[in-house]
Amino acid sequence: MRRPIYLDYSATTPVDPRVAEKMWRYLTPDGEFGNPASRSHQYGWRAEEAVEAARAQVAALINADPREIVWTSGATESDNLALKGAAHFYGKKGRHIVTCKTEHKAVLDTCRQLEREGLEVTYLDPEPNGLLDLRKLEAAIRPDTILVSIMHVNNEIGVIQDIAAIGRLTRARGVIFHSDAAQSAGKAPIDVEAMNVDLLSLSAHKIYGPKGVGALYVRRKPRVRLEAQMHGGGHERGLRSGTLATHQCVGMGEAFRIAQAEMAAESERIRGLRDRLLKGLNDIPEVYVNGDLEHRVAGNLNMSFNFVEGESLIMALKDIAVSSGSACTSASLEPSYVLRALGRADELAHSSIRFTVGRFTTPEEIDYTAQLMRAKVAKLRELSPLWEMHQDGVDLGKVQWAGH
Amino acid sequence: MAYSDKVLDHYENPRNVGAFDKSDPHVGTGMVGAPACGDVMRLQIKVNDQGVIEDARFKTYGCGSAIASSSLLTEWVKGKTLDEAGRIKNTQIAEELALPPVKIHCSVLAEDAIKSAIADYQAKAGAKAAKADAA
Repeated sequence: MRRPIYLDYSATTPVDPRVAEKMWRYLTPDGEFGNPASRSHQYGWRAEEAVEAARAQVAALINADPREIVWTSGATESDNLALKGAAHFYGKKGRHIVTCKTEHKAVLDTCRQLEREGLEVTYLDPEPNGLLDLRKLEAAIRPDTILVSIMHVNNEIGVIQDIAAIGRLTRARGVIFHSDAAQSAGKAPIDVEAMNVDLLSLSAHKIYGPKGVGALYVRRKPRVRLEAQMHGGGHERGLRSGTLATHQCVGMGEAFRIAQAEMAAESERIRGLRDRLLKGLNDIPEVYVNGDLEHRVAGNLNMSFNFVEGESLIMALKDIAVSSGSACTSASLEPSYVLRALGRADELAHSSIRFTVGRFTTPEEIDYTAQLMRAKVAKLRELSPLWEMHQDGVDLGKVQWAGH
Repeated sequence: MAYSDKVLDHYENPRNVGAFDKSDPHVGTGMVGAPACGDVMRLQIKVNDQGVIEDARFKTYGCGSAIASSSLLTEWVKGKTLDEAGRIKNTQIAEELALPPVKIHCSVLAEDAIKSAIADYQAKAGAKAAKADAA
């Protein structure tokens, strides 16, 4: 067993060796290193062929046309291009966007920027289980709403939103529907046609591809227009200039091909491991699963270990690699904004750990993790005045705390 | 985040974990922080009739730096008079444990905890003296 045991697959994944094997052939002098935009020689043509084959592989996983795929540097750029691109292009039609408080920062922070530019944004509260109440979404759509942005799978708690139902709603109202699918591609089925998604953000490194590449699906029928955010040589039909990173595109394509071929079987295996971990932890007193367990991606388990502070728990878990809150915000002292949006008390948000299981996780690793967790939670509770008070029957909600 | 060796040592082997009887007139208890802020420290001192801290106990809900700050403090206050213990500054704790800037608040909390424990002991002793006077 390699230590620390990697259980942070939602932060990133290792590149599948089959993907790396393909990628290096597009880098060296012996390989196809050409610029895919070079039209005057074989180096360029070969590189272009590879990029187009990869584009078709990415499109296939989400049932899109390859011409609807725009390469980007990752899901963050895709979210930026989708939201700013649509807001700028359709600015005359309307100035209102609807999203949810548990979206990734790439969406939320882009919305903040659009607010600074004068747009109005409605941030919906999810239900306590992390899912959106579609009636609230429907009620939030106004005549001047141009875009709804709701993620498919949440990065912290792994809950799956009903994208198809949202798509029906937005299509009926003539509103563009963007979904961030960075955490769902390869883990939950996506069909942009059946789901009526207009814009979809994708990432390679969450599904065993390389970091630094992603894509945005942009619907052609009915056509969705975007204003480019990156100007230059007019690559990607003018939507995103910049020389394509052939090896990155090839890697993403191969990762998506593998995901499509293996998703069904892999999800079952990963779900088995996740449930095994849950079983190993669930009978510890005062633990809570954050987010709906049923509408949830197979590999995610987010739990709060009451009366134990998350950072100290992570410190006790140096043999396993997990995260407390989201990887993007764990440098700050704020508890997870996602858990707070669910209405979780701050102390439970402070006590949360996210385990994400993936392709290379083994049953032995799961059993070791469960055992380690039990021992460390017990040890830290011995240190915790809150645990002692709880044992003594003190209602912590009624204590006057000397806050700071 | 990289922790200093001293933080790691106190975290792995916390000193003087536990509790004294709160109602013991020789015991002063200080509890500071709040669960919603992510840290709660409880520090207890046992004071003899000469006003010297004979023993100390702590329990802390919080990050490794908070646990280390309170563990270190229990070592430092033992054998000190209440006056001496009351003069311990958070900067001394932060320096000893090499706390990074984002963790300075842990040492502040520890300073608050000892001050609060001393105040609790003195309030109790004052009440006892008043009772004795009245009798």
